[in-house]
Amino acid sequence: MAWWRRKKDPIEPESQASKSKTSIPKGMWSKCEACSEITYTDELVQNLRVCPLCGHHMPMPTAERIAAMVDEGSWEELDTDLRSTDPLGFCDQKPYEERIRRAIDRVGPHDAFRSGLARLGGRPVSVGFFAFEFMGGSMGSVVGEKIARVFERAVERRIPAVVFSASGGARMQEGILSLMQMAKTSVARARVREARLPYVSVCLHPTTGGVAASFAMQGDVILAEPGALVGFAGPRVIQQTIGQELPEGFQRAEFLLEHGMLDAIVSRLELREHLSQLLSLLCGEVRAPEPAATGS
Amino acid sequence: MTNRVLDFERPILELESKIRELKDLSEANDEIADEIARLEEKARRLQQERFATLSPWEQVQLAKHPDRPYTLDYVGELLTDWMELKGDRAFADDPAIVGGVGRFRGRPIVLIGHQKGRNTKENLYRNFGMARPEGYRKAQRLMAMAERFGLPIVTLIDTAGAYPGIGAEERGQSEAIAASLEQMAGLDVPTVSVVIGEGGSGGALAIGLTDRILMLEHAVYSVISPRGCASILWKDPDAEQKAADQLKLSAHDLRRLGVCDEIVPEAVGGAHRGLAETARALADAVARHLSELDAMTPQARKKARYGKYRAMGRFETAGSARTETG
Repeated sequence: MAWWRRKKDPIEPESQASKSKTSIPKGMWSKCEACSEITYTDELVQNLRVCPLCGHHMPMPTAERIAAMVDEGSWEELDTDLRSTDPLGFCDQKPYEERIRRAIDRVGPHDAFRSGLARLGGRPVSVGFFAFEFMGGSMGSVVGEKIARVFERAVERRIPAVVFSASGGARMQEGILSLMQMAKTSVARARVREARLPYVSVCLHPTTGGVAASFAMQGDVILAEPGALVGFAGPRVIQQTIGQELPEGFQRAEFLLEHGMLDAIVSRLELREHLSQLLSLLCGEVRAPEPAATGS
Repeated sequence: MTNRVLDFERPILELESKIRELKDLSEANDEIADEIARLEEKARRLQQERFATLSPWEQVQLAKHPDRPYTLDYVGELLTDWMELKGDRAFADDPAIVGGVGRFRGRPIVLIGHQKGRNTKENLYRNFGMARPEGYRKAQRLMAMAERFGLPIVTLIDTAGAYPGIGAEERGQSEAIAASLEQMAGLDVPTVSVVIGEGGSGGALAIGLTDRILMLEHAVYSVISPRGCASILWKDPDAEQKAADQLKLSAHDLRRLGVCDEIVPEAVGGAHRGLAETARALADAVARHLSELDAMTPQARKKARYGKYRAMGRFETAGSARTETG
């Protein structure tokens, strides 16, 4: 046999030794969806899940968002006792009741929205956050009720309202009642306007359907995170309807800003500061209570 | 009339055509005349029975029947001195929504409704009754005008949904619907909406946040089309019949769910088999609700409207298991 034909043992790429060497705890590192940069997860969370290299905004668990968006220690969650029911007896491939149960087990009992009171730059606000991880942030009766209460508390206490939206739209399993949550939240929002109190809507990725077509687009000021998809119909539905490719960046926050549908796109890293400055301009500085007038 | 016939309409239409033949043959023969009268009664009864037990899917088909009367058909029956008013004053006129002023039983009102086309050419012009943002903005303009001049607003709902297209998104479809909703929440004038055919999601509700919601007997109103629902939840658009069963979208379902205030009876066999009769029932119902609303002050109407929508939805309160009902 000629020497160049000599067979060598192939290099074992997956030997036991090398396997144990490369194994790292799952979730320790995170890869950016946009630029593939690998970041130490703790560092990414510290950076509010914004890629330190390219600035891409990654999905953020609602608990982390609440902590990052309001003054430290000021969050007081309310309406925690509300639970979805199954008004239609809806069953697709799984019964709706089972879907709710599973979501509660997986995410928590708060349904797709968490509402409460908090402070922003020292100022009390009535605030709510969509929990996209709970059934895609879909709006059923519980979500609608919580949003209506956010607006009502703003009016009762004469404080501004802020809602962070991230939702696929109405919750189909509650049928017409979910559609009517658009009406319910709109009548409540209208009262905030009548009371001349500011309402700021923050659109996160994604904000579509009945949520976009009601309170998310009814803000005195409407903000969005970079790259957030915001629109009425989802891109797939539009593509199926018109049968052609959608333009690059279609329905992204930058597209909406260009078409006059948003006031500003704000990085998550600056959002809290931005909101508190905005509210201080719209409703005056937080001042110490005026001293009682001294009458003669 | 296009004379398109749905499967469940066919036996009755066949019976009716037999009766007509018999009539042509008989010519003043008393015996046969009795027989004809008996058959006519039978046909009517058959139809009534059949239409009382339509499946949700059959309801959907009937609500979209190509011969079903559309907004302008009812305008012709309901109003005198009708003058259509066009344009959103910003971008375009959207023929998928028509609006204008006219006299309803002598009294000036603003009427706004979705408008579908009767044939392909008309449908291209009307975009199959699927409005773009300018349609909703035209509606907003007309509602603001009604408010200024103290005219009640009647809206007729009949759309598969707001149009999902590139231009519609560029011009803010969601903002247009959202703004309509908020505007209707704050109106001082009385408002009544009637779902006359298809109530398709946000595009329907955008002109439907009213003091009273009426539905024609065979109209449907749903958060999503059965087909859309099937393609999302069943991953198969052809499961639309199953989705229709689950969505509870008939007038009777909505009455039970506390969304619909009154069901307006249609001519036997559906509105397309008796426009004048259906329009009369519709006019009576609208007139009754308007006079009830007239008796209230604007503040009382707004308060009642707030209460109506505020109570919509069903949920439980953990622990006490209280259920709130719309």
